[in-house]
Amino acid sequence: MQRCGYVHLWLLGSVLLICLISGVTSVKGDVALLHQESHLKPLSEFKSNLNQTEQGNGSRVITGISIVTFKWNHVKTPYLVALWILVAVLAKLVIESFPSVTNVIPESALLICFGWILGGIIWAADLQQTFSLTPTVFFYFLLPQIILDAGYSMPNKLFFTNLGGILLYAILGTVWCAATLGLSLWGCQAGGAMGALDIGLLQYLLFGSLIAAVDPVAVLAVFEQVHVNEVLFIMVFGESLLNDGVTVVLFNVFDAFVKLGGPRINAVEIIKGIISFFVVAFGGSLVGLAFGLLVSLLSKYTKNIQIIEPGFIFVLGYLSYLTADMLSLSAILSVTFCGVSCQKYLNSNMAESSVNTVRYVMKVFANGSETIIFVFLGISAIDKTIWVWNTGFVLLTLFFTLVYRFIGTFIQTWWLNQYRLVPIAFIDQLIMSYGGLRGAVAYGLATMLDDQRIKEKKLMIGTTLIVVYFTVILQGVTMKPFVTWLKVKRAAVAEVTLIEKVQNKVFEHSLVAIEDISGQIGDNYLRGKWKIFEEKWMSRFLLTSEARKKQDYIFNVFHQLNLKDAVDYVDEGERRGSLEFVRNESAFINFKKKLGDEFSEVLPDIMAAASDDPDAMRRDPVSSVSLQMHEKTMQGTRETEDIDAHHLLQQHLYKGRKQHLHRYSRNHLDINTDDNEVQEIFQRTMRNRLESFKSAKMGLAPAKTITKHTKKDQQQKMPNGKSTDTSKNYYANNEGFELSEGDNASGSEASGGSFPFRVNYKAGAGIENPTFMPDPDPMAPMQIPPWQAEDEPDGSTVSPSQRAQVRLPWTPTNLRRLAPLRISTQSTDSFAQADTPASQEKDKKWPPPPPPPSDK
Amino acid sequence: YDTFMTVSCHSYVDTSISLEQIENLHKRFQRLSDNEETISRKHLDSIPSLDNNPIKKQIIEAFFDKRNQHQDEVGSCEEIGFEQFLMVMSHFRPPSLKTTEEEKEAMRKEKLRFLFNMHDTGNDGTITLVEYRKVVEELLSKSGDIGQEAAKAIADAAMLEVASTNVPHMDPDDFYEGITFEHFEQILKGLEMETRMYIRFLDVETPTLRCGKSTS
Repeated sequence: MQRCGYVHLWLLGSVLLICLISGVTSVKGDVALLHQESHLKPLSEFKSNLNQTEQGNGSRVITGISIVTFKWNHVKTPYLVALWILVAVLAKLVIESFPSVTNVIPESALLICFGWILGGIIWAADLQQTFSLTPTVFFYFLLPQIILDAGYSMPNKLFFTNLGGILLYAILGTVWCAATLGLSLWGCQAGGAMGALDIGLLQYLLFGSLIAAVDPVAVLAVFEQVHVNEVLFIMVFGESLLNDGVTVVLFNVFDAFVKLGGPRINAVEIIKGIISFFVVAFGGSLVGLAFGLLVSLLSKYTKNIQIIEPGFIFVLGYLSYLTADMLSLSAILSVTFCGVSCQKYLNSNMAESSVNTVRYVMKVFANGSETIIFVFLGISAIDKTIWVWNTGFVLLTLFFTLVYRFIGTFIQTWWLNQYRLVPIAFIDQLIMSYGGLRGAVAYGLATMLDDQRIKEKKLMIGTTLIVVYFTVILQGVTMKPFVTWLKVKRAAVAEVTLIEKVQNKVFEHSLVAIEDISGQIGDNYLRGKWKIFEEKWMSRFLLTSEARKKQDYIFNVFHQLNLKDAVDYVDEGERRGSLEFVRNESAFINFKKKLGDEFSEVLPDIMAAASDDPDAMRRDPVSSVSLQMHEKTMQGTRETEDIDAHHLLQQHLYKGRKQHLHRYSRNHLDINTDDNEVQEIFQRTMRNRLESFKSAKMGLAPAKTITKHTKKDQQQKMPNGKSTDTSKNYYANNEGFELSEGDNASGSEASGGSFPFRVNYKAGAGIENPTFMPDPDPMAPMQIPPWQAEDEPDGSTVSPSQRAQVRLPWTPTNLRRLAPLRISTQSTDSFAQADTPASQEKDKKWPPPPPPPSDK
Repeated sequence: YDTFMTVSCHSYVDTSISLEQIENLHKRFQRLSDNEETISRKHLDSIPSLDNNPIKKQIIEAFFDKRNQHQDEVGSCEEIGFEQFLMVMSHFRPPSLKTTEEEKEAMRKEKLRFLFNMHDTGNDGTITLVEYRKVVEELLSKSGDIGQEAAKAIADAAMLEVASTNVPHMDPDDFYEGITFEHFEQILKGLEMETRMYIRFLDVETPTLRCGKSTS
């Protein structure tokens, strides 16, 4: 609560600052950023400001050197931009600090309300609206990243499986809504329902086309809080994404018609309009695909510039948007398909850390834009000049948008259900219709109307705003109760287990096989063929050879495997306390260890975060598409715990100081994996084990000196020893971890019998944790030190004991495949072996600890 | 031909496969069998598009598995007629809006049973570790770089998972015998396989043409 108070103060402060500044600007009569007409090119404006100031300074008689000058004009534009972003984000912060409110009212609605308040304050200060959302800012700076994110995190399989339906809704549905709305309004006007309005049929159709599209931003904002089943979700979401493109195209076509004027429109022009509709839509998609493939191809060669590797997708994504726009093709569709087509290849080609970076940065951009958009949607309303009221027009528009959405959805679904194997249920149709939220795209298009030709532009803008408010706020708020009340099938909370994955794979293959046998060409058939084609050509062309190896789902399987173990391991330790926790390790450790060892060749970053798993994303489309990053952790506390535990392990199992060594460098962020260090780690773990082994044998408590660093350690710490120390303290204190001498948990893992292994982690620290750093070295297997490499053949050729081959040994605590000791696996086993000689006769398969190469 | 159809229809209740679909499948059957009455493993084996399928063998075996024929016998036969062919295919029929809850439940069991039988090669009602290892091995056989050992490891890990979810309290000396059908059902609950296990036999235009009565 205390924190919330501060937050309020902060917000108040920044709001005041904005008011002050906007006051200053309006007094000076300058052009403010985001002012209606004046910032087509904020940058050049900025430059001209710069010039102005310079000239001003030059012309003044210089009487002396002033020590400090106040150069507001100099920085005005970027300053205001930054301030606005700050305010919007702070607003989100405040809103999110009341989860009880956001549970009931969707965040988007709250942001709009906040925008109203802010707009009111500005209005009070200026007596006019100096800030509003303009099409340029919206379409060029706010929208692209949202769409890119949506495309990039699209659950591809689901999307393409339902592509037919999605396309139907997106194209036919939008055209239907636009046409019916336009015609009905026109009819109503002819019937005299709205008084005298200077709007012709074409203008009505134009208006209908801009308001027809369901907005992905609004839909996501609402649907991510209501976990509906995945088919329903992808239908609504996919539709909203694609029909944005469609509506823009439609808008442009009608805009051209309006420009052409009624009498000059003949059949040829109409046909040209229809053709251009398809050319624009598919051309845009093709441009997007081309760019997507380009990004994928590029990512194949970016290994050496890992730091800027994540930048490519953003730059090229934006370029695909601009290119399509330049060619007057659909920019939205372009950037959507760019994201959709490259995600798979990027995720496999790039280093794990880059994949994470992309994911996070994408969410940061998208979420930030979304917040700003909603706030500005609110602010824009507080402006006397845009409001021209016409009750008939407004109410009829509201009524028709709602009704035709329902009718359209039902008709199309009925038609679609004739061909769908699993029909869309009635309740799902209701939600689909009700989920037709309009949003900022409609508003952006409305402000783009040409007031020369459309006399009632203001009325249209006002009405659009009302429709947006109505759908986002009213429908958004009622959506959740509605879904609960109708008992809509929710998304299954999927806990991915290994066996489920394997079974799923078997299952998919059997479907394809049955289709092959029955000689049908169905969805699975096509999917199977596409897969083969992809493996044969696309992958070869677009994936690095390494990525191709790992690309198989074995990658995911192994992730799961190890993650699960890591979690179990910690859980177990937590539950049982320090001593008991390792009591049972003796008998089965080899069985488990062997596993871990085998895989350490296949896959280096065992400990990547739970959310890293691309397959997990596919399995849970609702959250992965969501703009909220933290949504990923909302699958229940267990997930959070997983991530926490995982975080914990990561902090303590591998890292240690080495991670910080290169922090000052701009080009390298990787762990130092040079031989010395590997050696050092090896020796340290060995020492730890021996010490604890001794002490365990003698029944002594472990001496604290176990983890004392050698002289060499100290030296290595030197470059930035200070930062290392502070960060360590940070883990220990702030994170709530208490891991005694945990700087090398491989030690405590093996010697846990004598180590108090106590973990207090708190839920919620999760992946938002700033100190969280995924293991970024895909090269690790290449750098296995030679003395280990020698042993690999041994390890892989040994077979388990007779007994273990047929039946599975079981003990509650034996899930210890955990492979924390990537660097020194062998020695663990050797230690375990030494520790428990009695139980090893049968399973004995590990050679004695390989001698580490002599230390210089 | 007509009499043949009726025969197969009568013995073939409880499916929502239409007459038209059956005809189509029959054509396919004849193509596969070179107009013979029965079909044998080598016929199915020679389907070129199956070559890339890692579980080809198991699928083909499933067609000759007597357990999938709604007969109370076990073992496998050398060749099957169209009726049996249809029987196996019927495991992959889609649910329709009209199916009742009980029918759905029966369908679910039946579909899962099919998958279970595919793995339980020993006919003993449990998928043992050895059997499961075989499954995983075959599954991974097409993906090149993954060796036998890795496959084994995955199978083991998966088995452990099943064991730990189904038998949470086991003595350290106990052994998990294998996956029973109940356990199988349990672990696959989350996947909702039963609602996804269908294929489109052909473009269904007239779903009204049913053959046989629907009995639950």
